[in-house]
Amino acid sequence: MSASSLAKAVVDGILTGGVYALMAAGLTLIFGVMDIINIAQGALIVLGAYMSYVLSVHLGIDLFVGLIITIPAFFVLGVAIEWAFMRRLREQDRTAMSILVTYAVAIIIEGLLSVIFGVDYLQLRASYVDSTFHILGFYLPYIYVFGFLLAIGLLGVLYWILYRTHFGRGVRGSLQNRTAAELIGVNVNRVRAVSVGIGVAVTAAGGMVFGATNAFNPSSGYDLISRLLSIVILAGLGSIAGALVAALFMVTLEDVVAVVWSPVWATLVYYASLIVVLSFRPGGLFGSAAVRAQ
Amino acid sequence: MRRGTWMVAAGVLAAALLVGCGSSSSSSSSGGGSASNASSNKSPVVIGTSLSLSGDFSADGQAFQKGYQLWASDVNKAGGLLGHPVKLDVVSDASSPAQVVTNYQKLISSDHAKLVFGPFSTLLTVPASKVVNRYGYAFVEGAGGAPAAFGNGLHNIFDVSLPVIDNLVPFAKWVASLPASERPKTAAYATSDDPFTQPQIPLAQNIMSAAGIKTVYSKVFPAEVTDYAPIATAVASSKADAVVLGSVDVPTVSAFVHAFIQQHYSPKVFIATAGPDQGAAFLKAAGGAKNAEGIMYPNGWYPGYANAQSQKLVSEYVAKYGGTPADVNADVAEAYSVGQAIAQAVAATHSLDNPKIISYLHSGVTLNSVQGPVKFNAQGENGQAAAFVFQWQKGNQVQVLPVGASGSKPPLIPKPNWGS
Repeated sequence: MSASSLAKAVVDGILTGGVYALMAAGLTLIFGVMDIINIAQGALIVLGAYMSYVLSVHLGIDLFVGLIITIPAFFVLGVAIEWAFMRRLREQDRTAMSILVTYAVAIIIEGLLSVIFGVDYLQLRASYVDSTFHILGFYLPYIYVFGFLLAIGLLGVLYWILYRTHFGRGVRGSLQNRTAAELIGVNVNRVRAVSVGIGVAVTAAGGMVFGATNAFNPSSGYDLISRLLSIVILAGLGSIAGALVAALFMVTLEDVVAVVWSPVWATLVYYASLIVVLSFRPGGLFGSAAVRAQ
Repeated sequence: MRRGTWMVAAGVLAAALLVGCGSSSSSSSSGGGSASNASSNKSPVVIGTSLSLSGDFSADGQAFQKGYQLWASDVNKAGGLLGHPVKLDVVSDASSPAQVVTNYQKLISSDHAKLVFGPFSTLLTVPASKVVNRYGYAFVEGAGGAPAAFGNGLHNIFDVSLPVIDNLVPFAKWVASLPASERPKTAAYATSDDPFTQPQIPLAQNIMSAAGIKTVYSKVFPAEVTDYAPIATAVASSKADAVVLGSVDVPTVSAFVHAFIQQHYSPKVFIATAGPDQGAAFLKAAGGAKNAEGIMYPNGWYPGYANAQSQKLVSEYVAKYGGTPADVNADVAEAYSVGQAIAQAVAATHSLDNPKIISYLHSGVTLNSVQGPVKFNAQGENGQAAAFVFQWQKGNQVQVLPVGASGSKPPLIPKPNWGS
C-alpha cells in the first residue's frame, strides 16, 4: 500500500464525509429540536434523488439548479410531515413513538416511489458526474467536490440560522425548556414545524448528491439510516457542526481502513470507533447539553 | 380516542395500504390467465411464495414475481394443474432472511398453500429451505444456486438454474487460453461478502493464476457497504488488466463503473457476477450503452436464447409488461422455470402430494424449461445447466462464451475505453 493510496483514501473520505454530513444534518436538527428519531430520513434522501431525476430528465434542469425547486418543495413537505405525524405525538412517549411513525412515513414514501417509478435502479446524470480534475497526482471527481462545497455552504447557512438569528434563539430556547420558551412568547409549535421543514429541505440537497454518486431505487434509503444515525449520535444530538466533524471522521476512518487493511474490517472499525468515542464522551463529540447551551 | 392518535393511526394504516399497493400482489392472484372451463369449475391450487418486493433485492424480487405470474397465466390457459386453476399467494419478505422464514411458515400453516416456490437469492433460500423442509414440502427454486443452499443435507430443495460455483469457469478458462499477447498479465478480484458471489471467485482466481496471471488485488467487501469509492479506487490503483467483480446487484457494478471512469482506468477485461444481467435497468444505472460496452457477466439464460419456449416467454413478457426483449432479465426465466418443473412433476405423478413430487424430481428424469434441460443430482442441483458468459456489445447482451458454442459470438477484447 503506497502513501499515495493512503492520501487518496483520506481525500475520498473527506469528500464523501461532507456528503454524509449533508444527509445527516436534517436528522440531527429534527432530533435536536423535537426529540424525534426520524427513521424516514433515508427515504427522504431517496425522494430527493427522484425529485432531482424528474427535473433533470423530464425538464432538462441541471441537478444543482434544480435545488432551487426541490429545497423549497421539501421545506413544505417537512412542515406537512410535522403537522400530520409528529405534532400528534404525546410528549411523554414522543421519542419512542416517533420511530414507529416515521417508519410509517418511510414506507409511504417507498410505496409511492415504487408505484410511480418502479424498482429499477437509476443514477442521476450530468456532465460533471463522471468528470474529474487532476491535482497533486489525484483524479478528483467534480461531483464529490461540488457536493462537499454544497454541504459546507448549506451547513454554514444552517449554523447561521440556529446561532445568529431570532428564530434560531427560539429553536434553542425550545430545546432547553419548552415551557419557559412558551412563557416568553416563543411559538413552539411554529418553531418545531419550521425546524422540521428546514431539516427536510436540507435533505433534498443530500438526496441529489446521493443520487449522483450512487445508483438508487425506492428501497435504497434503508441502507443509509444506520450510518446516518451513528453519525448523528457521534456528533451529539442536535449539533450541526458535530455532524460535519463526525461524518468526516467516520467516513475517512472507514475509507482508510478499507484501503490499508480490508473493506471487511472497515465497517467494524466504523462502529467500533463510535463505541470508543461514546465511552469517553457519552453525549457525543458535541454533546447535546453543550449544543443547546451555545 | 384522541384526534392526534387517530391521525397517527390513519397514517400507519395508509402506510400499510401503500405497502400492499406498492409491492403489488402480497395477496393472491391467479396469474392473469383465464383458466379453461374444466379447470375453472374446480377449486384453485394455491401456490405460495415469498419474494423480495422491497428492500435490497426488490428489483430481482419483482422480476421473479413477473416470471411466476407469466407461468401461472400460461398454465391456467392450458387448463391448470390437474384441472385446478393455479392461484399464486405472494408475500413480501423485504429482502430479509428472518422475514422469509416467517413467510413460509405462514404460507404453509396458515394460508394452506398446496405447493411453494422459492424466493430470490441464496441468502434467503437457505433459511427458507430449512423451514419448508420441516413441513415436508418440495422446495423448487430458481435463484439459490450457491453451495450454501445444498450443504444442509436437505432432500427437498431443487434449483432449476445453473449452480453458481461454476459460473465463472468458462470465463477463467477463456482468459487462460488467450494468446500471450492478448492475455491479461494482472488481475484484481473484489467480491461482496455474499453466499452467491464468494464461492465463484476462488475457482476463477485459481484457473487464471495457473495461467500465469498475477493477482494484484484480492479483497472481500461487506454486503451492506454504501460507499464503494475506496474499494473501486484501490482496484483502479492496482492497474490490473482484468477485473473480476463478485457483485449481487446493479448498484455495486454501477459504482465500480463510475469510479473507474473517474479514475481514468479501463481494464482490458471486466466481468461482474451479477448486475449487468439486469438488461435495460443496468444501462440506466451505468450511464448508457457506451459505458456498458465490453462488460461481461456469467449466466444460464439471456433474452436471445435460441429456445422456442424461451422466445415465447420473451414475447409474452413484452406483450404484458411492455418494453423490449432487453428488458427481460434472467430472473424472469428462472422463476418461470420453477413453475415448469413443478408442473411437469405434478403431471407425471398425477398428484399435488409433495413427497411424491420430491421423489419424482429425484428420480433422474430430465425436465424441460425456458432455460434448457433440467436434471437434478442428489443434492438438487441442475446438472444439465450450461454456463454461458455474455457481454454487452453495442447496447445488446451477446453470448460470447464458451467460444464455439451454439450462439456464441466473438468476445470483444480488449474492452473499449469508457464511453467510446
